[in-house]
Formats: sequence, C-alpha cells, structure tokens
Amino acid sequence: MAATYEPIATQTLGSATGSVTFSSIPSTYTDLILIFNGGADGSGINICARFNSDTGTNYSTTRLMGNGTTATSDRVTSGSMIYGTVLSNATLNSNAIFQINNYSNTTTYKTCLIRTNATEVRLSATVSLWRNTAAISTIVLSPEFTGNFTSGSTFTLYGIKAA
Amino acid sequence: MAVTYKLIDKVILSANQASVTFSSIPSTYTDLSISASIRTTQANVYGSMKLQLNGSSLSYTSREITGDGASATSTSRTIVDNGLFTGNADGASATTNTFSNANIYIPNYLSSNNKSLSIDTVMENNATEAYAYMITGLWSNTSAVTSVTFAWSASNLLSGSSFYLYGISKS
Repeated sequence: MAATYEPIATQTLGSATGSVTFSSIPSTYTDLILIFNGGADGSGINICARFNSDTGTNYSTTRLMGNGTTATSDRVTSGSMIYGTVLSNATLNSNAIFQINNYSNTTTYKTCLIRTNATEVRLSATVSLWRNTAAISTIVLSPEFTGNFTSGSTFTLYGIKAA
Repeated sequence: MAVTYKLIDKVILSANQASVTFSSIPSTYTDLSISASIRTTQANVYGSMKLQLNGSSLSYTSREITGDGASATSTSRTIVDNGLFTGNADGASATTNTFSNANIYIPNYLSSNNKSLSIDTVMENNATEAYAYMITGLWSNTSAVTSVTFAWSASNLLSGSSFYLYGISKS
C-alpha cells in the first residue's frame, strides 16, 4: 500500500461553505481514501456525500453509532445521499475517513466505508451503497446538503493503486 | 505525483519495556498513521492502553463503541491514567501468542487547532473475554504533535510488540 498512496486533490475552506466537490477524479487508481478534518456550522448535522452529482434516491446507508452512553444502529434505504454521522458544531474537532473500494469499475454498484469521529458528540462506522455501475468521477461532500462546513475544514482525496 | 505514505519510524520490542515513544516527528507531512501490535506482561486477560501526545497528561477526551461478542455499548471518557484511552490490550492470561492490534489516524497533526483522532483496536482471546473498539479521541491542545507515546499503566509492553509510524502528505 505504501508505494501507491498518492494525493489527488486537497481543499481547505477559507470560509463557511455548503459543499465541497472533487471532480475529474482519474480512473487510474484502484481505491479512494478521503480524509476530512473540520466541523459543521450547526448542531446535529451529519457529514454526507453524493457520487457523480447523482441527486436521485439511489443510496442506502447502515450506521453503527455511539454517543458515549449507548450504541445504536440505523439504516436509510432509497436515500438521496450517503451518511456519516454528526460533526462537531462550529469547531474543527471532528474527522471522517471515507474508503471507496474499486471505484472505477463499471460492472458493480459502489460501496463506501466511513469512520466519523466527533468526540464532543458521537462516532460512527458506516457502510453505504450507491446503486450505480458508473465509475466514480465526482464526489460532493456536504453537511446534509443544507448546512455549511466550518471555515478551516480540510478535505484531501488520495488514490491507491493495487499495481 | 509523489508517493506520500511513508514509514517514519518503527519499534519492535526485543525485551519487555514500560513504554514506546516516537519523538522528533518531522513536520513534513499532513497526517500521521500508526499501526501497533501489542501484548503486555499484565497478570490478567487485558488492561487499558493509553497514548500521550507531546508527553502531555492533560486535555484528552474520548467516546467509544465497544463490542464484546454479546453486545455493543458506548462509553465516554476523559483522561485515563494520564493519557488517551486507546482500547484494551492482551495481558499475560490471554491466549498465548495473541497480540492486540490498533490503528490510529491523526489528521492535520501540525495544525494550530485541537487534534482529533480515529482509533480502531481489537483485543482477541480464545476465551470469553475479547473486545473490539472504535474510538474517537480529542486532544484539546493547539500545539503541533511532535511525539507520540504508548504505555501500559500496570506493567510492561511485551517483547515482540511492534509499532509503526507513517507520515502522509497531501502534496
């Protein structure tokens, strides 16, 4: 893995921003890793993503979450985005790690693993499905496509090659 | 583009010792990733591991999800034994030759913001007590991370335990 872990693009927000887009993702890698560090301007807002700007109800998500008191699990089917969990409110104290395996194949639907860490609120492990066989060339991230990421939030997309 | 997931340092214990420290971490990367395989000399099945950043014993908080083979629970913590709780590690009473694994990710370790950590740990044991942990950790300190220390509060890290520190650069 170490020999093929390459940065594709990175963004740092200079102001509160509703969404962040990585477009024209090359198909030359095997897997993608996206690292987020930041927060959302508001309480109880989940980090979410869409692929190839698809706004249809073509996503499903299953989450395992813990808030420091109880562990729970929930599920969304036919959603219009995939879900991590709640981010820190107006601080840069949370992070999320997206792992998208085999993102450029054109045969299978795409799955995504997300670890979201917001120590002040909760943490989660998520598995999501995008019911589309297209290669992923665009990733759009947003606090539920209604809120803003906190200024100073950072996003970096890495590509991993199997060979 | 440049390959940017690089081994900074590694420690493989050839004798039991109380702690392991990665010091003088270079400031040339964006994120840090640590892979550890740990067993201790503690006369028990397991015990809690801790981590310190820059040798600090202050300002740590965490929340976790723990699975024990029967149920999943969630716990919040502050400082555990002068550090950040990173999950339980196998002790001397655990199944022979069994080491716990931990993966720790620290994004933006040089930033002037608080440091948030993602931690995944497994403590396996071919008996009734075994655990899987997902942990979110926060060090409320704006200093750049220059050192990371692992320690076992009650006894020593067992010979054969290993620790690998990687640096990841976004450019």
